[in-house]
Amino acid sequence: MHVFLTLMRRELGTFFVSLTGYVIISGVALLSGLSFCVLIRQMGGSGYQLPVTELFFQSPMFWFTLLIANAVITMRLYAHEKYSGTYETLMTTPVSDLQVVSSKFAAAWVFYMIMWLPFLGCCYIIQHYAKQAGALDTGVLLSTFTGIGLFGAFFISFGGFASALTVSQMVAAMLSLLMGLALFALSYVSGPAFSSGNWQEQVLSRFSLFEQMQEFAHGVIDTRSVLLLLSLTFFFLFLTLRAVESRRWK
Amino acid sequence: MSSAPMIEVSNLTKRYAGHTALAGISFSVARGEIVGLLGPNGAGKSTTMRILSCFMPATSGTVRVAGYDVFHDSEEVRRRIGYMPENNPLHNEMRVREYLKFRARLKGLGRARSRDRIDTVLQQCSLTDVSKRIIGQLSKGYRQRVGLADAIVHEPDLIILDEPTIGLDPHQIRLVRSLIKSLSGSHTVLISTHILPEVEMTCSRVMIMLGGKILASDTPDNLQSRMAGKGQIIAEIAAPVAELKTAWSQMAEVEHYDVSPSEGNFHRCALTPRDGCDLRPEIFTLVQQRGWQLRELTRNRHSLEDIYVQVTKPNEEEE
Repeated sequence: MHVFLTLMRRELGTFFVSLTGYVIISGVALLSGLSFCVLIRQMGGSGYQLPVTELFFQSPMFWFTLLIANAVITMRLYAHEKYSGTYETLMTTPVSDLQVVSSKFAAAWVFYMIMWLPFLGCCYIIQHYAKQAGALDTGVLLSTFTGIGLFGAFFISFGGFASALTVSQMVAAMLSLLMGLALFALSYVSGPAFSSGNWQEQVLSRFSLFEQMQEFAHGVIDTRSVLLLLSLTFFFLFLTLRAVESRRWK
Repeated sequence: MSSAPMIEVSNLTKRYAGHTALAGISFSVARGEIVGLLGPNGAGKSTTMRILSCFMPATSGTVRVAGYDVFHDSEEVRRRIGYMPENNPLHNEMRVREYLKFRARLKGLGRARSRDRIDTVLQQCSLTDVSKRIIGQLSKGYRQRVGLADAIVHEPDLIILDEPTIGLDPHQIRLVRSLIKSLSGSHTVLISTHILPEVEMTCSRVMIMLGGKILASDTPDNLQSRMAGKGQIIAEIAAPVAELKTAWSQMAEVEHYDVSPSEGNFHRCALTPRDGCDLRPEIFTLVQQRGWQLRELTRNRHSLEDIYVQVTKPNEEEE
């Protein structure tokens, strides 16, 4: 366990000792701030029945942030170490591949969650000015953050996988961006989630990220979504582990 | 277990797509030895070290470190080695002490033990002054010593150093060398280099590698004495050429001689002795008897460089 914590602490530290971490956090703060500004203008004083969080997730801003931030966070996880050679010093210490993969994932996920804190600030500002109890609901906020966390875990797991495949951070970022965009586009193709239609549409609709996040933001934690996201996360972590182990087969 | 060799390599082969990096090498290294792997770039030194440190699998053959197989008991092997790869990669954003602490913890040292060991290695590698500096801002010499400190922080049985003195200035090279020498006895050290004096000064045994094969393996002294038969003796004597030539041709131990004029009325005589015997006392007595003037009398020892060039030459021509 102490190896996991040591690795995770160092991994998390790299975000904060370099500019990377601060740039990402300020980028996300700027983007969520902007989208809230847009939101407030759109509302224009007229009453809305929906909680603020749900309105926020209806704008594509959240998805842009998620896709880009995920690529930037995960691209360096393995690719950078391989490029600089520290991967060799890491892998020749008595650490297991599982410890490496899990600690890198955990550190990236923790950073990802820290990255969303400015969003929380925005929510509170809205609540303060809306002067309405219904504008922000703690339960809804919790389910929203559960959704953000689960989506983050999934995106980070495949971002990490992309990084484990290559030496170039650029290629890793492109790969994870590509995959994220493909999943995002799938949401539009498949139509509303859990729609009745032929079986292909049914299957595709299960992968409709857009709709699923909407549910979380609405305050609904659907076990089907939770299970899907968790299993996808574990699936990509498993692939990452294989990619890391592949060094021993070559 | 303790009497078993530290490294046992048998029939080790490594093939990359298209070429063979190691062609079935076998060797063993006893505990406490300092062994130098010598060879030009691309000879297979780094590949051997990467396989020994479990970073890379072998295509075929077996490699055992401290009795453990590098493939099947990889974690046990990694617990017992300290490896410094070529180019010495470090986490540039970390501070020296912080980095060593991170590495010590990874290598399984407890909190208190790692603190003690870090203090020791900081001193051993003369890094105490820079322990709070950021690694990325350190000079090459310091960085190299940080890499060394990392390799020895957990007191491994086997220390593997891939070109530890590359890119250092002469003063720093001396420091690193004396550090490596101080490790002998308690640790087994395998260093690779293509700098010959390094091996000559630090290693108890030399293995010369070329094209994925081991061409020679012996102590530096033995390698030299094997070549000593051809070692020349140089004498600068002030005497008439004719007298010198007669003297040498009458001396039975001289197989071949060459006399050439030097500055003043001195002549430079290059003598090749028969059977590698040392002719210097005889020459000195002769000079004394004849009343000649002598200003130089040396034995041209074969440096490891000559041996290296001789051993590696025919194969290079084949390629």
